[in-house]
Amino acid sequence: MLSQKELNQLERFATEIRLETLKEIKNLGFGHIGGAMSIVETLAVLYGKVMKINPKEPKWKDRDWLVVSKGHAGPSVYTALALKGYFPIEELMTLNKPKTNLPSHCDRNKTIGIDMTTGSLGQGMSTAIGIALGNRLDRRNSYTYLILGDGECDEGQVWEGALFAHHHKLDHLITFVDTNKKQLDGYTKDINDLGDIAQKFASFGWHTQDVNGADVAKIYEAIEKAKEIKEQPSVIILDTIKGQGIKFVEETMANHHMIFSTAEHKAAEKCIIELENRLKEYQV
Amino acid sequence: MTILLTKNSVKEDVEMRNVYCQTLSELARENEQIVALDADLMSSMGMIPFLKEFPERTFNCGVQEANMMGVAAGLSATGKIPYAHTFGPFATRRCYDQVFLSGAYTKSNIRITGSDPGVTAAYNGGTHMPFEDIGIMRNIPEMTVLEPTDSVMLTDIIKQLAGLYGMFYVRLLRKNAIKIYEKGSTFKIGKAVKLKNGKDVTIIANGIMVAETLKAAHLLKEKGISVRLLDMFTLKPIDKETIITCAKETGAIVTAENHNIINGLGSAVAEILAENIPTPMERIGVKDLFGEVGSVDYLKERFELTANDIAKKVEKVLKRK
Repeated sequence: MLSQKELNQLERFATEIRLETLKEIKNLGFGHIGGAMSIVETLAVLYGKVMKINPKEPKWKDRDWLVVSKGHAGPSVYTALALKGYFPIEELMTLNKPKTNLPSHCDRNKTIGIDMTTGSLGQGMSTAIGIALGNRLDRRNSYTYLILGDGECDEGQVWEGALFAHHHKLDHLITFVDTNKKQLDGYTKDINDLGDIAQKFASFGWHTQDVNGADVAKIYEAIEKAKEIKEQPSVIILDTIKGQGIKFVEETMANHHMIFSTAEHKAAEKCIIELENRLKEYQV
Repeated sequence: MTILLTKNSVKEDVEMRNVYCQTLSELARENEQIVALDADLMSSMGMIPFLKEFPERTFNCGVQEANMMGVAAGLSATGKIPYAHTFGPFATRRCYDQVFLSGAYTKSNIRITGSDPGVTAAYNGGTHMPFEDIGIMRNIPEMTVLEPTDSVMLTDIIKQLAGLYGMFYVRLLRKNAIKIYEKGSTFKIGKAVKLKNGKDVTIIANGIMVAETLKAAHLLKEKGISVRLLDMFTLKPIDKETIITCAKETGAIVTAENHNIINGLGSAVAEILAENIPTPMERIGVKDLFGEVGSVDYLKERFELTANDIAKKVEKVLKRK
């Protein structure tokens, strides 16, 4: 259980990630805002509390690893990294600019703190498994965290990995499925209905939990519970909203990738003020 | 590079797969970072002894080529040195995006072995017969593409790869090769081996076509044609310098490959010639066709990959000099 102070800190961190990510995408004028926002609370819990990391030594061998297989969520991951001190926060303004270290999709050779390159969906499943296996071979107690999108679960490779991770009893692989119910072309249920994702993973032999993906306390408790599970990989199904926490994005149907109109720029400005005010409340 | 050519090019006693397994096992005894992956073809590849000796470091992924390449990339990220094998078509076209992105784009350190090149897939037929694997692998930036000619070269190359970092595709005959090199030979990746030093034409071959070209050279010698022969076992990076020198000195080139003539050895050589020293050139290879079932000998005839075919192309190119 988180103390009240820890809970406040994580909620504040989530707000800060959301605020800076909105500024980052607004500055560029376009981006994958929907899926970047839906994992903000999870990123806050991972980077703010759970993950064993050292921003001064990003390649520290005994660290925990994070593979954001839904690589288009890069902008919010970069914000979490910047706020943790991996690189200056000002760098967020270079998103997708020529010669940037912050491309649309996560790239471990460009961005300090990114553990694995992702973007072609489904592939992070396998690379995360390889990382977990490698650390186990070296008898390290490191955890590998993996974030999948729900639309991403259309990919066969996700289920190849699900089978394999269970066979190899990868209890140090903890996976999240960011179930924001939408993929690029619309609702997942309309495009290629995933049905009950938890049940599907359970049938592959995984330990499963369903959690409100906007509740940092619940996310934290689910991770702690997943760590207690032995000889079995764990998946935490996050119930989220695409564009989570940014009202005008949540209300936009096609919000996988948005190019801000003048009205949306204004809505974003308003949102930034609201988030800044909320941040001040946490500081009080 | 030390080259000791055999005087007697006959079928080797050992199978390439067994040499591969033995060499990998030796390396794994010395270097605990080495791991092996396969997609349900460990028995076919003769890798069971490795599995028995290193069960913890062997990952038979089942029939999961895409997952296997991603797992290899993840293992590489933690410092492991993965050797991943499956049949050539499944190691390349089946999981191209995983090799390209999880592997090469991330700058991983993986040796991919694709077995049964071209017609050596024999009775597995068209579905299993890679005439395109070199083409698609050489199209990946920074990928090194190799085709060891016999067991002596295979041993040397596999040992060298253990000490290198990067992405490597090893196109590998599983069964018995024709002996070309004597023990003690060592090779330089990216440097062609000159097997004969003729003056009228240079034949650039690789894989099983090297032995076929040696036969062709004998046929041509009887006709008074002096053939220079290069074993271009490294497809990429290709030995540009030697190609240019040979074009200059012999004035005609023939390539011979057990692969589609599109985007394989012939294309790679043509690119060098066209940009540096336009030279009459002919290509032996599969002429943009799918594979089919048959014995290796039958398929060589079927796809015009025999010594006679090579000799005819040499006579043709000489007329263009």
